[in-house]
Amino acid sequence: MPEMIGFLKPRQAVLDRRQEIVADLKDLLPKGCLISEERELKPFETDAFLAYRRLPLAVALPETTEQVAAVLKYCSRYGVPVVPRGAGTSLSGGAIPQEDAVVIGLSKMSRILDIDLFNRTATVQAGVTNLNISEAVSADGFFYAPDPSSQLACTIGGNIGMNSGGAHCLKYGVTTNNLLGVKMVLFDGTVIELGGKALDAAGYDLLGLVCGSEGQLGIVTEATVRLIAKPEGARPVLFGFASSEAAGACVADVIGAGIIPVAIEFMDKPAIEICEAFAHAGYPLDVEALLIVEVEGSEAEMDAMLQRIIDVARRHGVTKIRECQSALEAALIWKGRKSAFGATGRIADYICMDGTVPLSQLSHVLRKTGEIVAGYGLRVANVFHAGDGNMHPLILYNINDPEDAARAEAAGNDILKLCVDAGGCLTGEHGVGIEKRDLMLHQYSRTDLGQQMAARAAFDPEWILNPSKVFPLEGRPAA
Amino acid sequence: MIVHFEPASEEGIASVVRSAAAERVTLAIVGGGTRAGLGNPVRTDRTLSTRRLSGIVTYNPAEMTMSALAGTPLAEVEAALRAKGQMLSFEPMDHRPIFATSGEPTIGGVFAANVSGPRRYVAGAARDSLLGVRFVNGAGDLIKAGGRVMKNVTGLDLVKLMAGSYGTLGILTEVTFKVLPIPPAAATVVVSGLNDAEAAAAMAETMAQPVEASGAAHLPESVRGRFLDGALPYGAATVLRLEGLADSVDLRVEKLSAALSRFGPVSRLDAEATRLLWVEIRDVKPYVDGTRRPLWRVSVAPSAGHQLVAALRLQTGVDAFYDWQGGLVWLRMEADAEAQLVRRYVGALGGGHASLVRAGDDVRASVPAFEPQTPAVAQLTERIRARFDPARIFNPGRMAAGA
Repeated sequence: MPEMIGFLKPRQAVLDRRQEIVADLKDLLPKGCLISEERELKPFETDAFLAYRRLPLAVALPETTEQVAAVLKYCSRYGVPVVPRGAGTSLSGGAIPQEDAVVIGLSKMSRILDIDLFNRTATVQAGVTNLNISEAVSADGFFYAPDPSSQLACTIGGNIGMNSGGAHCLKYGVTTNNLLGVKMVLFDGTVIELGGKALDAAGYDLLGLVCGSEGQLGIVTEATVRLIAKPEGARPVLFGFASSEAAGACVADVIGAGIIPVAIEFMDKPAIEICEAFAHAGYPLDVEALLIVEVEGSEAEMDAMLQRIIDVARRHGVTKIRECQSALEAALIWKGRKSAFGATGRIADYICMDGTVPLSQLSHVLRKTGEIVAGYGLRVANVFHAGDGNMHPLILYNINDPEDAARAEAAGNDILKLCVDAGGCLTGEHGVGIEKRDLMLHQYSRTDLGQQMAARAAFDPEWILNPSKVFPLEGRPAA
Repeated sequence: MIVHFEPASEEGIASVVRSAAAERVTLAIVGGGTRAGLGNPVRTDRTLSTRRLSGIVTYNPAEMTMSALAGTPLAEVEAALRAKGQMLSFEPMDHRPIFATSGEPTIGGVFAANVSGPRRYVAGAARDSLLGVRFVNGAGDLIKAGGRVMKNVTGLDLVKLMAGSYGTLGILTEVTFKVLPIPPAAATVVVSGLNDAEAAAAMAETMAQPVEASGAAHLPESVRGRFLDGALPYGAATVLRLEGLADSVDLRVEKLSAALSRFGPVSRLDAEATRLLWVEIRDVKPYVDGTRRPLWRVSVAPSAGHQLVAALRLQTGVDAFYDWQGGLVWLRMEADAEAQLVRRYVGALGGGHASLVRAGDDVRASVPAFEPQTPAVAQLTERIRARFDPARIFNPGRMAAGA
């Protein structure tokens, strides 16, 4: 397909020195920690934003913070761009490299360093997967709250890079609200620590700035995160509606009534069909829209909260209510929801949008989204975190048909602009990456972006770190 | 005489800043001025107040967000929220009692100083509720960051950077923040007679229970009588707050009381006593003593709080009580501030930070109010400051010697 998103022109001086750079980096790393053969570089040429790929110059897989520092120090000294990478599950192209870049992959740094139940913290290396943290403390009755759908694979380092969310953020917040500290390497190899087991460190909130910075401010090698006691029980309940608008309005009214369930997930009919065919979760197929509402607590508490939600749903003409009867059923319901993207990928290529809108705009934006996509002659499936207005329209298309692909990308851009115009934002949890980079000026003025870039330059004056991402390529300060 | 500006618009603020930057004159940025004692003492050529930039801009209870101009009185914000059954989840401390200041705290000041209270350790600090800001940087540019939705990862999170920057990066003109419903019911479980170490264990046990405690504080016998007019049961009081639906609170009080009975005698406070007690804890009632005896606010890992106090007691005269499961220690020194001692022990106990909240002028002039940073972090801080306020006209020295 024709590429609509540009990359920075590779630095010729770096390409010309490729052999030398590879040899130097090999010296800095243990045996087997530097990849430079084209065949072995292939798996690193893209992430979960599959439409774009670039073969990197080399991939470094360090085993320690010191090795990360050594590689960064070398790269900044010689002006070699660096692209950090966790598990490569970014949906916005955050981990897609470029021809003159060294990828620093954190996959070998996958040890849990400290579990401190008294203080409810876990300190882990950046390559530990999101789910591993919860699994490590589950038997003791704790969990780590942010739960992106890719949690089986995605790493905590990547979660910090993107400030990842998930279905249960409505109650527990996103990564930045659950991150207590990091050890990170700056562009020139300096190692710093921010935060820790004590809350609210003195000075500027650098931890808050680093979280969600998409690998542009440094490379996080260790993280300390907050653990939370698991609720006594949790119960997802399915609510079917005759229209998406009714479901959307119900969400706004549940929140407006002061009820905050742990999660409120939304699926429209196409999404229900796709997920049900994949997971056999028992989703009703005779409704236009489905809400998965999860409540938690003791049996009595769940019953009480559920009753209040049912009362609101009835006012919005709910046509079907199904409570799951077993832990197995509950697991299936979540499996269906969390597999939504993968299941969609079985039937078509898709691009996934991630705009967030104010709850009062949900119904309006859903309707307009349908109109936009239909206007391009394409289909859409909607599956998203409704409680916090974080929408995920999946635009289905054929990646091998260049015109189809161009239409899908155009439809996606229109939808994101719609989200911004409705008072929302371009991305709620997937990050800007390359995908939404050129739309940033729809949300921010040049002055606003200039201030963000100034903050970035305080960390990385030469724009070595993940340089093709987040900020439009034109209008950048001269390095 | 210090020139005092009170612009009534963003443009007015920007224009004052532009001329100040051009002339290189420094500005003290103030809201209600009730927290002027936080941070290092600042001497400036002029003062700029956001007081006249006041009013709630938008409030949509069903979206749980509010936007307000920075100079809006906190009381006005909280009254508007209360009328719709909502609140600021981070329960900002009122600094007027300990500083003996008067006037009206502003919502901008709350976020500029990242002021939080007891619920912070589970519900997040002010910075966690802040969704969007508008501010004027040191060049006089109006900058917008963040937005008004709960989830937003579009670009760098300058919102977090602005929270707690004490006006040294820019002048907040408008803030948009998340709010939460007021829990319909609340109760406090009191465990009596525990020493500090036992209390730390009881609080950790509470946080391991599925009861969602929203407050965990320990009030040693030396301060107990200062709370609720002395109505707490005899002996040190370890207090645990539970909030939610009425039935749920009752169930959880039972569950938690059973789990904690092995530590000591357990009793329960009703909703009204609970409300009052946690306001008193929030506002550090025991040390509202009309003195300027040095007062430290120390943040450490919860397990380290009581160890810090025990270590200090061997060396100097100190009184203390604990919030945030033991991780927030309020230390009132009997005489000297003992800055080196306090900060050395904090470092030795796994790290954290000690902020000098109150002291006599001579002490404040010589002791950095905030925990000194490592050289690398201090350098980053400097570089950021230089890119927001290149002429260094905002609150110079408020946070650190350079910033």
